[in-house]
Amino acid sequence: MATAGAQRGLVRAHGWARPKLSMSQREAIDGFICISPWLLGLLVFTLGPFVVSFVLSFFRWNMIRPPVFVGVANYRELFTDQFVRYATKATVYYAGLSVPAGLLGGLAVALLMNLNLRGQSIYRTLIYSPAVVSGVATAMLWIWLLDAEAGLINSALRTIGIRGPAWLADERWAVPSLVLVNLWGVGGGMLVLLGALQNVPTTLYDAAKVDGAGAFRRFWHVTVPMISPILLFNLVTGFIGAMQAFTNAYVMTSGGPHYATMFYVLYLYRSAFVDFRMGYASALAWLLFIIIMALTLVILRSSTVWVYYEGLRVGTARRRGG
Amino acid sequence: MATSASSRAAGVRRILLGMKWQRRLGHALAHLVLICFSILLMIPFAWTISTSLKEYKDIFTWPPEWIPNPIRWQNYPEALSVLPFGRFAVNTAYIVAAGVLGTVLSSSLVAFGFARLRFPGRELLFLVMLATMMLPGVVTLIPVFVLFRYLGWVNTPLPLIVPHYFGGGAFNIFLLRQYFSSIPLEMDDAGRIDGCSNFGLYWRIIVPQSANALAIVAIFTFMGMYHDFMGPLLYLKDLNQYTLAVGLNFFRGLAGTWGQTYYHWLMAASTVTMIPPLLIFFFAQRYFIQGIVITGIKG
Repeated sequence: MATAGAQRGLVRAHGWARPKLSMSQREAIDGFICISPWLLGLLVFTLGPFVVSFVLSFFRWNMIRPPVFVGVANYRELFTDQFVRYATKATVYYAGLSVPAGLLGGLAVALLMNLNLRGQSIYRTLIYSPAVVSGVATAMLWIWLLDAEAGLINSALRTIGIRGPAWLADERWAVPSLVLVNLWGVGGGMLVLLGALQNVPTTLYDAAKVDGAGAFRRFWHVTVPMISPILLFNLVTGFIGAMQAFTNAYVMTSGGPHYATMFYVLYLYRSAFVDFRMGYASALAWLLFIIIMALTLVILRSSTVWVYYEGLRVGTARRRGG
Repeated sequence: MATSASSRAAGVRRILLGMKWQRRLGHALAHLVLICFSILLMIPFAWTISTSLKEYKDIFTWPPEWIPNPIRWQNYPEALSVLPFGRFAVNTAYIVAAGVLGTVLSSSLVAFGFARLRFPGRELLFLVMLATMMLPGVVTLIPVFVLFRYLGWVNTPLPLIVPHYFGGGAFNIFLLRQYFSSIPLEMDDAGRIDGCSNFGLYWRIIVPQSANALAIVAIFTFMGMYHDFMGPLLYLKDLNQYTLAVGLNFFRGLAGTWGQTYYHWLMAASTVTMIPPLLIFFFAQRYFIQGIVITGIKG
């Protein structure tokens, strides 16, 4: 169908169809060749596995014996498995705490940085550098900082007479501790939002000033609407990422204490690669997919109220001529 | 008349002066907050390095000695010789280098296709690509593992490298496509008149002008791969195959769990692991900031 359209366009452009490949046909073929690595990857590593995991979720399979079709038994088990409940609760709690904290913290620092102070680049380097070392090394460092007895944080608290919690070893404090570790990398969000702030045209602020708007109203009525698309993008991607949090829970707490940090993907990992229940783990994956999509949809729905798109039509209408 | 005009001018000057002082005060406060915040964020680094240079008996003393006495440099060779950390570093370098190369090559080619060549279904496919950014990676985890297991690639670095040659990630394609679109089309026309094929345009016109954007993609990919933990955890079973991330985690098991932990060795190994990304960040800061501006403006 699409090629027929191109053919028609070609006939119209040249008045007749050339026997040899025309330039635009050549271009179309080369275009497909250029995107073919991605197209192939999409099929082999994304769409194919996406479908296969759905199919697998109706089987029982330990990768040794052949898979056995079990209908919706895996899905039924999801709703009676208490660990699914723990995992979902812990994960939503973590995402609900860490994503807004990271965004608001990043925005606060970015607003300060946006004053164009002297030495701005030094602050930027210092504040961003923790975000660069994220990973297992960071986890190690925080295991030591949060050590219940000899860790820096509790030792410091003790000198001012506060008996700190056991952090990672305390059921109530384990998730907030992981949020704290995540917040250390607040510089990542800061840099993105600083970029957004610097793209707000100063003429808008000048106009608001002339109209007598104070600093707070300028922030609320100019800055926030102008950066809201980027806030939304970071909210959504941050949320999808946080719902799949794995490394810190695996390394720092192994899901404990008493399943307080048994994040969803950690439980899924154990079901698949410790218990070798590939079918059940696939059902787990699909449930998570549905949870994430539903919550993302809620965020996107709410965004029509608070996100402002400037020049949306101009952006989509522009095309390459010819 | 004259006096009232001059007094009015004085009044205006006073207000302006007041605003200036208000502004200065505001800036001073902002500096204060940022300095405190920066120090707060640097404390974990300082604490790690300080611990890594202490004797075991000194790491639990309070108030802490920020500059250890005596400084015990041996912690580093001791910690790094318990496990083959040199081997881990070589493995990591190999995987990351091969993956970054694949990402840069394939994402730039795909982005070129989307930005500069017209073909039927282009806009739709581009939308599909953007949509895959929203797909949680965990949904495809198990079938992809099964695929690599079927290919016999488990316990080789291939599962960590090969996917990077198939598009190099939607985000990178998106970033490069935005960048390529900002290069004037007249460049392509000039190239075509000089007899460049479409691939010639890619290689001779677009790539040479996009060194910055390609560097950004390379750096972001480096960071992602260097810190990747789940991938190596799934696919590398043999100690000799380990990357630094999984090696460090394994080392922690040896250095103790909840009871007695040899934090001075653990922090020495952690410090060494943190050095490569920090070095790259310090030398390539400009690219980081640029990358964020490109995606920020156009995103």
